Amino acid sequence: MLVASIEPVGAVAIVAAVLIVLALVYFLVMTIVQLRKITTGLDAVIASVGEIIEKSAPVNGVVDDINGQLDAGVELLEGLLVQKAGMEDALGLVEGLYAGSAAAGFRNFPESGSTRAPRIGEVYTKGTLTLARLGREAPIAMANPAGPVLRNVEAGSLAARLLYPEVRQSAPPALPRSPVIGTDAPVQYEQREDIGAPRRRLPERRPPRSDPNET
Amino acid sequence: MTTLWWICDILLLVVVIPAVLYLLNGVLSAAKSIVPAVERIGNAAAAGSKDLDATALLLTTQDQVAKTVAGVAEYGGSLDVILDDAS
Repeated sequence: MLVASIEPVGAVAIVAAVLIVLALVYFLVMTIVQLRKITTGLDAVIASVGEIIEKSAPVNGVVDDINGQLDAGVELLEGLLVQKAGMEDALGLVEGLYAGSAAAGFRNFPESGSTRAPRIGEVYTKGTLTLARLGREAPIAMANPAGPVLRNVEAGSLAARLLYPEVRQSAPPALPRSPVIGTDAPVQYEQREDIGAPRRRLPERRPPRSDPNET
Repeated sequence: MTTLWWICDILLLVVVIPAVLYLLNGVLSAAKSIVPAVERIGNAAAAGSKDLDATALLLTTQDQVAKTVAGVAEYGGSLDVILDDAS
């Protein structure tokens, strides 16, 4: 009765309103579902970020401590190098080992930035630099760095040898000669007749050991 | 009066309903596009958290660095004794 009394224009308006409401319901429900997924995902993200914050909290202090220790080590080594080798040779040595590093200078020696590093390869031989790298008897403190270079760079093989302890370079005849070995050697060691002869008797056979675990 | 109502109906059907559908679809599409991004962020955060499991080893590194620097200090002290100063 009520439907029959509605005019067509009103029916069309009602149908349009119903369509709009249906569309609103569908899209809003779908949007709510997606927002719930987003909420779930963000909960997982928050949990992981919380773990990250918890795990990285002590890193700063530990890294600062490590940096402090390393800084102390660097200061110690730089101070020792400058004290023992002098500023110029220390810079030259560092430049010889790590090209380009002398330009930065040393941390605790501001004057090292303006000091000209010598070409350390001319002052010390490559072997000396290797020894210096290994930390063994490098003669970097043998002479005053303000003095002349320690070797003749143009014809200096003997001069290079003189940098090392006096053992062989100036008095080789004083050293004992190496022994001559072999069948034709003037001195035969182990001069015994039984060497090379057949064995007189065979070694005794030992009884096999009994196994202690054997019953 | 009836003509005015018909015009309103036509506007409702031709303009309002398509506009509502367009806007609601845009909102739904935007919400759908956020979901995979959030999942990727969650995976990245979980992987970052897992990577940070190794930070406990920093304590070992800290201890080793302290011991190494102490050894270097002792070595430097010995060098200071056996080598003459440059000047």
